[in-house]
Amino acid sequence: MSEIKWPYANEFGQEEHIESDVLVLGGGIAGCFAALSAARRGERVVLVEKGATVRSGSAGTGFDHWESACTNPCSKVTSKEIAEAYVDEQDHLSNGIAHYICCEEGWDRLEDLEEIGGKIRDTEDEFVGADFRDEETKLMFAYDYENKFTLRVWGKTFKPALLKELKRLGVKVCDYTEATALLTAEVDGKKRGVGAIGMDTHTGKIRVFHSKSTILTMSRPARLWLFNADLPGLCEFRPFNSIGSGHAMGYRVGMEFTMMEKSVRAEFSAAGSSFPPYSAGNNHNTWYACTMVDSRGVEIPYLDRDGNELKTVKERFYPAPGQKFFLKGGVIDEPKYEYRGPETVPFDELMKRGYKLPFYADMSRLPKQERDVIWGMMIGNEGKTAVPVLDYYNRRGFDPAKKAMQVYGTGWTSASFSDDERQLFGAPGGIMHDWDLKTNIDGIYAAGDQLFGSDCAGFAAATGYYAGRKASAYSDTIELTPYDRKQVDDEIERLYAPMYVEEGYSWKELNWAITKCMRNYCGAIKNEALLVQGLDLLKSYREEIVPQLSCHNTHDLVRTHEVLDILEVAEMIIEACRMRKSSSKTLNFTRSDYPEMDPSEDHHFITIHKENGVPVRGDIELDYFGDLKSEYEKHNQDYINGGKK
Amino acid sequence: MKKMNELRVSVVPCSANPIQFDETKCIGCNTCAKTCHCDVLLPSTVKGEHPIVAWPGECWYCGACVLQCPVEGAIRLEHPIMNRTKFVDAIPEPTEK
Repeated sequence: MSEIKWPYANEFGQEEHIESDVLVLGGGIAGCFAALSAARRGERVVLVEKGATVRSGSAGTGFDHWESACTNPCSKVTSKEIAEAYVDEQDHLSNGIAHYICCEEGWDRLEDLEEIGGKIRDTEDEFVGADFRDEETKLMFAYDYENKFTLRVWGKTFKPALLKELKRLGVKVCDYTEATALLTAEVDGKKRGVGAIGMDTHTGKIRVFHSKSTILTMSRPARLWLFNADLPGLCEFRPFNSIGSGHAMGYRVGMEFTMMEKSVRAEFSAAGSSFPPYSAGNNHNTWYACTMVDSRGVEIPYLDRDGNELKTVKERFYPAPGQKFFLKGGVIDEPKYEYRGPETVPFDELMKRGYKLPFYADMSRLPKQERDVIWGMMIGNEGKTAVPVLDYYNRRGFDPAKKAMQVYGTGWTSASFSDDERQLFGAPGGIMHDWDLKTNIDGIYAAGDQLFGSDCAGFAAATGYYAGRKASAYSDTIELTPYDRKQVDDEIERLYAPMYVEEGYSWKELNWAITKCMRNYCGAIKNEALLVQGLDLLKSYREEIVPQLSCHNTHDLVRTHEVLDILEVAEMIIEACRMRKSSSKTLNFTRSDYPEMDPSEDHHFITIHKENGVPVRGDIELDYFGDLKSEYEKHNQDYINGGKK
Repeated sequence: MKKMNELRVSVVPCSANPIQFDETKCIGCNTCAKTCHCDVLLPSTVKGEHPIVAWPGECWYCGACVLQCPVEGAIRLEHPIMNRTKFVDAIPEPTEK
């Protein structure tokens, strides 16, 4: 391939110093809401984003469901009911604090979005008279039409509106800047976050962010078990460059994480194993509750939680007799009986009954409004569906009134993976925090997918905004704390090192090696000997391969930094797996040397953090957050009493 | 003293061709390059020419570049052949099961 002229300036060796009251690392939904809330409180806010904030992050091009908006004007459930259901659903290995915030404040964030130009109602009256629409408010609901706590929203409109508002409020947005390290200081014998270091992804310039408080909103780790060097962009479900750098930089400075031993069999998006998300036929999430048929055209029945066959499409959206509400979407895959909603007959049972593959999602058999809301509104706003699914398949001649979309795999995952190919999905581990969403390090807060037990965009928005106001309150109490120049110098040396290696290994070769290591030594079945061997192999990569990584431009340098973070997170995960000496159904965690499943003495949060380079275990009781409603109210009197704006 | 590598870049080819430009429509504004959060495009340095898809394998297929493009049809997203989901004419319910 012929060389192209490098189009950006060479700013290696240059430095820029940027001061703020509140520093937000990550410009997705959580980060934008964190910045919005801090800016509204009059703080000097800086937002750092590796891509371009206008469309970056998991929800950059959209999302369709806003879950758990329990305080919306049509809701028939309380925040307490839904948040406690989520905690119970996950056997209490769940983030009660964040779920409660999501339930209680989600609707406020939707009102924010509407105020700044986002679309949350059927203002064009496209769906007048639909079962899922409230005629007075024009709000539209999904899943449980009786209780109305999950909204259908036009998420494609949100990110550009948020960016515009942040700029209007004077937030300094640093796009194409990768945050790579946290700056910390010791104050009265306690560690405090005092900012971060970043690098311009185009020019190599170093940015030193000096701040009173810092909020981590950098998504969750990925590319740990799944990689493909030809199409690395398609390895994972979340954006290609969301790979857990926030986790890695936190772990390096002693931040505490929990549930990092949890992983699930991969569900989505490894190159070649999956199809464009939400393009393959299914009846979950965006496609709920599509009519499914087999290859003969025989309809696959929906059942209520008691196994009774549902006769009409409408019944798929209402709780069973005697049931208050049901949970669907997000982390809810196979819910407990109490919360279980309508579902098609299980796959194995369909095989026994003689249903014939392949199956199809057949929207032509749905009432028109249910069909139009799936194909055109939900598909068109969810994740990456506007261009890659709706426009793409329309252009290829797909008409939902006349065609049926094929189902792949054996269920709604639409792909087949081995048990050793894993992902951090289904409310995985993340940062441990208190009722302020504060980490164990003073001055550092977290939100969105970086929190343990996270899910969905509403969760990101609500926790982002909440972290923003808690960080602001903290910033108001302190002066800027000086940072240690040596931390900056050491980080620059680490970041630039591959630019001094003329010929060596590429980031792709190392990423692929790490994922193979994780599949072999930290796959579905774990034991101490395997895990130790995995660590040993990763250590050899760190000692022998890392010094030989080579780059010739900033793009590859950023990718290389990402793989160094993936290596850090891989080590954290293996160490966390070693700490839990039993198996756990809730955590999808199987140890052949400790087969006992969920023994009571281990049924609690195990945390991990690093001290002097050594991983240290902590144990925290379930429900450490206390009674959700009363604790929330205790910690948020200012917000409850007029502080919503 | 250690010497830093000279900045150089060339297209890193892959098996797919995710982003395609219509040269008759593209105005060379580089909006797509300034939107891509995976940074797969290099802005054109020649006025009026479209950006270069330097790292096609790193495309996440989100369509942000298309959404932000000011000219309808100037940029197009194309899935790898293996990832084109199959669809059929809706099958009528059989009269006898």
